Amino acid sequence: MYGNAYVENTGNQNSLTAGEDPVKLAEFEARIAAGEKIEPQDWMPKEYRRQLIRMIEQHAHSEIIGSLPEGTWITRAPGFRRKLALMAKVQDEVGHAQLLYSACETLGKSREDMINDLINGKSKYSNIFNYPAVTWADSAVIAWLVDAGAIINQLTNSKGSYGPYCRALDRICAEESFHLKYGHDNVVFLATGTPKQRQMVQEALHRWWPPLMHFFGPSDKISQHTETLMKWKVKMASNDDMRQQFLDMYVPKIWDLGLTVPDPNLKKNESTGKWEYTEPDWEEFKRVINGDGPCNKERLAVRRMAEEKGRWVRNAILKKDAQYVAPLA
Amino acid sequence: MIIKSLDPRITRAGIDDESKDGIQQPMDQWHTYEVFQQKKRGTHHVHVGSLHAPDAELAVLFAKEQYARRGQCVNLWVVKTSDVFTTEYEDEDIFATTPEKKYREPEVYKVMDRIQAYKAKQNT
Repeated sequence: MYGNAYVENTGNQNSLTAGEDPVKLAEFEARIAAGEKIEPQDWMPKEYRRQLIRMIEQHAHSEIIGSLPEGTWITRAPGFRRKLALMAKVQDEVGHAQLLYSACETLGKSREDMINDLINGKSKYSNIFNYPAVTWADSAVIAWLVDAGAIINQLTNSKGSYGPYCRALDRICAEESFHLKYGHDNVVFLATGTPKQRQMVQEALHRWWPPLMHFFGPSDKISQHTETLMKWKVKMASNDDMRQQFLDMYVPKIWDLGLTVPDPNLKKNESTGKWEYTEPDWEEFKRVINGDGPCNKERLAVRRMAEEKGRWVRNAILKKDAQYVAPLA
Repeated sequence: MIIKSLDPRITRAGIDDESKDGIQQPMDQWHTYEVFQQKKRGTHHVHVGSLHAPDAELAVLFAKEQYARRGQCVNLWVVKTSDVFTTEYEDEDIFATTPEKKYREPEVYKVMDRIQAYKAKQNT
């Protein structure tokens, strides 16, 4: 489950290709333009590697941290069937993190370094998981709409240029479709249930709407930087385009259930075909992503505890003479 | 400070958010294995990705969890990454067919031309 990479937009216009061999760069760009995939052993610009490491790593962390707000509800899921399904979903998400960490390692960053950067707060993960799942209905809204957003992002990125990342995403997308159906089923069950159940899902939707609007990130600045990342097929669509796609697919489904979202200005402009909405509060987004959200501390503390408490298991089977070798592809 | 959560299990665990434990040392996550999956009998095993494991036996277990979650698998192989010997993409040209080796291609054998010519000669 993941929204979108927070592409850094700093430095001067040519910073992405500064110091690169122009012949190799031209060959590299021609291969991407021809639809070829770049493999770990291939030559690549330093910035291509750096941006991909950051993006895939954030994605991996998001899968693992994203399983925490949902995991909270496993012990209290209403009924055995939902408990089993939620366990399977959470297990999938943790598995996705493993696939993505492996893909990222092919670019030269070790698994241990990634885990350390996460628990030290250096690496980011999808901001939406810094919010709490207050009721069972919150977990239903997450499974439906957060996963819906993630599928839009992941399908888009699976057409990118880096082979190992694309292959991991294809695998992930195949599993996410169950999450979406499971989430929709839970939301529909509550929305068509007793007045209390309906109220519960309505309140959860209101809680999750602002983070969902933040999910794809702020509007991209039009810059040489973004254009280069798009040419390199690191970034496959603008944040706004993905947000539009999300609104187009899911707002009608929400309204169809007679549920509302907390934005009186949300409507589709029939002449432009675009959704209009109140600009999300990007100050809050920045504040939360920089550590000051309702659950940032808890998420990292729980993740750190898992490493700490799991250490004896790893030590028990540790091979002292083992040598690290980065994966092949 | 001890973490207080909506999740009673987390509150009960008494986690200190100032703790610095849990930091990884090199090789804490063991070494990597490459995974090969056979989707159905009679087909080739195909490389599907990699994983971390302390030994081959656990690598097979993790491969099942990470790469064969929704069926579509009848067999798995794992190989330690360091045991795989590879060619370089830079040397891709070693696989190219050179013009002087055209005798290995079916389309260079033009028997019909010769047969036609022979038949034409017989009829004159």
